Amino acid sequence: MNQKKVVLVTGAVVGALSVLLMKAGNPANMGICVACFIRDIAGALGMHRAEIVQYIRPEVPGFILGSFMAAVVGGEFKARGGSSPLLRFILGFFVMLGALVFLGCPLRMVLRLAGGDLNALVGLAGFTAGIWVGLQFLKGGFSLGKSSKVAVANGYVLPVVSVVLLILLVTAPPFIFFSQKGPGSMHAPWLMALAAGIVVGVLAQRSRLCMAGGIRDLFLIRDPHRFRGFVMIFVVALVFNMAFGSFKLGFAEQPVAHSDGLWNFLSMMLVGFGSVLLGGCPLRQCILAGEGDADAAVSFLGMLTGTAFAHNFSIAASPNGVTPNGKFAVILGLVVVTVIGYLSMPRSVALKTKEEAQHAL
Amino acid sequence: MPYKVDARGLSCPQPVVLAKKAVEQTQEKVIEVLVDNAAARENVSRFARSAGCQVEVLPAADDEYVIKIIREPGATK
Repeated sequence: MNQKKVVLVTGAVVGALSVLLMKAGNPANMGICVACFIRDIAGALGMHRAEIVQYIRPEVPGFILGSFMAAVVGGEFKARGGSSPLLRFILGFFVMLGALVFLGCPLRMVLRLAGGDLNALVGLAGFTAGIWVGLQFLKGGFSLGKSSKVAVANGYVLPVVSVVLLILLVTAPPFIFFSQKGPGSMHAPWLMALAAGIVVGVLAQRSRLCMAGGIRDLFLIRDPHRFRGFVMIFVVALVFNMAFGSFKLGFAEQPVAHSDGLWNFLSMMLVGFGSVLLGGCPLRQCILAGEGDADAAVSFLGMLTGTAFAHNFSIAASPNGVTPNGKFAVILGLVVVTVIGYLSMPRSVALKTKEEAQHAL
Repeated sequence: MPYKVDARGLSCPQPVVLAKKAVEQTQEKVIEVLVDNAAARENVSRFARSAGCQVEVLPAADDEYVIKIIREPGATK
């Protein structure tokens, strides 16, 4: 199967599975949400105590393990790292604060749109603006530095953590928190959710599906390849939502969403900006971590920590709206990401002569 | 001598940004981009084709690839 077909099939499968997971018990317009699901996992581990969002979502370990298996089989598993892990942790952290003020990762943004939630359109505009801003830094020479091969154990860390999470889910020891009500209590049967996560992980590894990458490539090289996957998720989820009667067009009273336009825009701008500097959206970070990328694994830990902070410090929004702390966190996030972007640019960015350019590389 | 770009170890989309810069800011007929993962190989190749260049991918040692971007007369810059 050629790459074009792989990305289209991946988009279609992600769109279909998202609606099916929702029908099987996941919260509305939240068949898959990398931010919400990592947040639920942080809650289950007691990293935050928001009682309505605590559950070990098997989809997330599924993404990582699916990617791990696909990478091993495809000969693409390679333990690598050392490209500014600390900065990646911080970027991952703020990407999650943005996502939880918007109430969804870029993938859930598309799913919300496919469910008729027009607030997601405002989020998409912000996400696109953030990607454009991030791209200007990349064009100016932004780099977090080269990664290199590292001891293979680095590459196994997140796949092993994923297995441990699944064991904790199935054995449900008393120190793991499981929501009794709210979104955290709504979930598809765990085996189905895990299987869906693994399928998405395998396909996303093969297709390099990335919500930020799709839009970024449109700007950067005017190539719609990855964006087709993005569109396919939307179209298939839309068709499924209509077929199941779960499509409701409008801004008001959308499931697990608020309609504060300014903050929907700015929070997703933060997500887009941070994702581009990280080299991929939250889903892509999970996939890269499964392939052995220890830097992406650190981004994942930053995201996990970010979700915990979001709930410990009243940063996460709710259907009631955005909190003052949430607004502050988004502004702080935009400032921090800008500073990281600026400080990671070379002092002279113009390739003046061939000799200088060769030397710079 | 082809113009060489070493994009090993760089996160997506930096290999593409470097390849694009090389295509836009040099006059060399052949640009070789060295990458060390399949995603970068696909991205750089896709960029080069969309810029109207010919592309040859040559496997190099140790999971690395040399992407030969051959500028065609009248290719879009």
